[in-house]
Amino acid sequence: MGKRQVVIVGVADAPLEKGVIPGGANDLEIQARAAKAALDEAGLKLSDVDGLSTAGLWGIPGPGQFATLSLSEHLGIRPKFSDSTNLGGSAFEAHVGHAAMAIESGAIDVALITYGSTQKSQRSRNLGGRPPSFSLQFDTPYGLPNPVGAYAMAATRHMHEYGTTSEHLAEIAVATRQWAMKNPGATMRDPLTVEDVLSSKTITDPLHLLDCCLVTDGGGAVVLTTEERARDLKARPIYVRGHGESQTHMSIAAMPDLAFHTAAAESGVRAFEMAGIGPEAIDVAEIYDSFTITVLLTLEALGFCGRGEGGPFVSNGRTGPGGAFPMNTNGGGLSYAHPGMYGIFLLIEAVRQLRGEAGERQVANVKTALAHGTGGVLSSGATCILSNH
Amino acid sequence: MYEKPLPVIDPTTRPFWDAAKAHRLVVQRCEDCKMHIFIPRSNCTSCFSDRLEWVEVSGEGTIYTYTIARRPAGPAFKEEVPYAVAIIDLKEGPRILSNVVTDDVEGVTIGQKVCVIFDDVTEDVTLPKFVPAES
Repeated sequence: MGKRQVVIVGVADAPLEKGVIPGGANDLEIQARAAKAALDEAGLKLSDVDGLSTAGLWGIPGPGQFATLSLSEHLGIRPKFSDSTNLGGSAFEAHVGHAAMAIESGAIDVALITYGSTQKSQRSRNLGGRPPSFSLQFDTPYGLPNPVGAYAMAATRHMHEYGTTSEHLAEIAVATRQWAMKNPGATMRDPLTVEDVLSSKTITDPLHLLDCCLVTDGGGAVVLTTEERARDLKARPIYVRGHGESQTHMSIAAMPDLAFHTAAAESGVRAFEMAGIGPEAIDVAEIYDSFTITVLLTLEALGFCGRGEGGPFVSNGRTGPGGAFPMNTNGGGLSYAHPGMYGIFLLIEAVRQLRGEAGERQVANVKTALAHGTGGVLSSGATCILSNH
Repeated sequence: MYEKPLPVIDPTTRPFWDAAKAHRLVVQRCEDCKMHIFIPRSNCTSCFSDRLEWVEVSGEGTIYTYTIARRPAGPAFKEEVPYAVAIIDLKEGPRILSNVVTDDVEGVTIGQKVCVIFDDVTEDVTLPKFVPAES
């Protein structure tokens, strides 16, 4: 008997207005609403859920430190498998991997992964307010803007080694905005040019305001089960073909090589190996875009282009609508939404593209999609390879 | 009154900060594999030996990468912008993050030679910082 095949049968994201949850809600309610929508889409009940995964920056310090306790209490469930692994924004791709292993083993049948954030409406985004303990006691006293300063130092180094330019980085923001213009749910939908990005104010060299993701609220949910169970459900199943993860550091000073996203490379190799395919088989890529440089480093690390070739690779609108490499098709963290930990939205968009439900932004003939999350300050990577066959 | 964030010093990191207060830059060195190590810890990250000793280093290094903050990392840094934050390869091997203190912030560059200075920011805390080396 082969191992049980894991599929995604439900996804949902919380609608936003001007980047906030309309009417307000707390971080747990946002997750409950998304969970209901994703379970409804699947045709499953809350009582079917026996695995619960979540991660966030909500309720910390406080009950958010026990994330699944707070959430399972709120939902009124008693999961026999729980996962509050927090790798930063890549946590949700890792949650898929962990849940897939639990489902394959027969430990659970239905896994619910959720995320919620009210960082914009609660004005609670305050990464600089973290106490500078452990390795951060050697960073924070020096005024490194967090996290953008760390990504900026990676960009500086990549530019030095490979001749990457601010224009290359701007291409990513522009192509992503073009996708957002096709997504009615995206926060930022005005046209954007390379010139606009370069003339936006510099936050910390070499990154401009428009190289940076948005700051919004947000929520989402993903439901997984077995292929066998999905036969009786209404949603078209999306197959989890491969997953991988890695992590390298907490402080940016401990990153092994600032011009190379080591965690993404290790994660990607594991996911591709499990799926038995290579980068050339990916029809649409959803790549974590906290900053434009995050994307460029990830494309190289995952092998979509050679090391140092990210700049030329993304040039001439290659990743935008009509380009040869459709990427971040919902408008990404740069233009759709970025509630602090964006990874769940990569999965949601990959599933919608694989189901052919992406409306005006639908990429033609999508069979295989990749979602790659990056967390911390290029600290972690987690990759999922999904297919509709 | 010093408003900027201060390190949360713990028993593992205390020797580094005590040395800084005495205007000495120290890192750990593995007595078994001889590798220099920063940040402070109990075990060598190369051979997992627990025989680590504190050694003074030259304070000389090279800028590996940097950023110029045009917007402050919180209100306490408002008066400082633009300021340089860099990761420095110390001559002895380990990397350390710090400020490059200079009147010519636009001149900061990868490969630049720097050397340590000590900024006594409070009675208890001294931050090692770096300045461009004399050419």
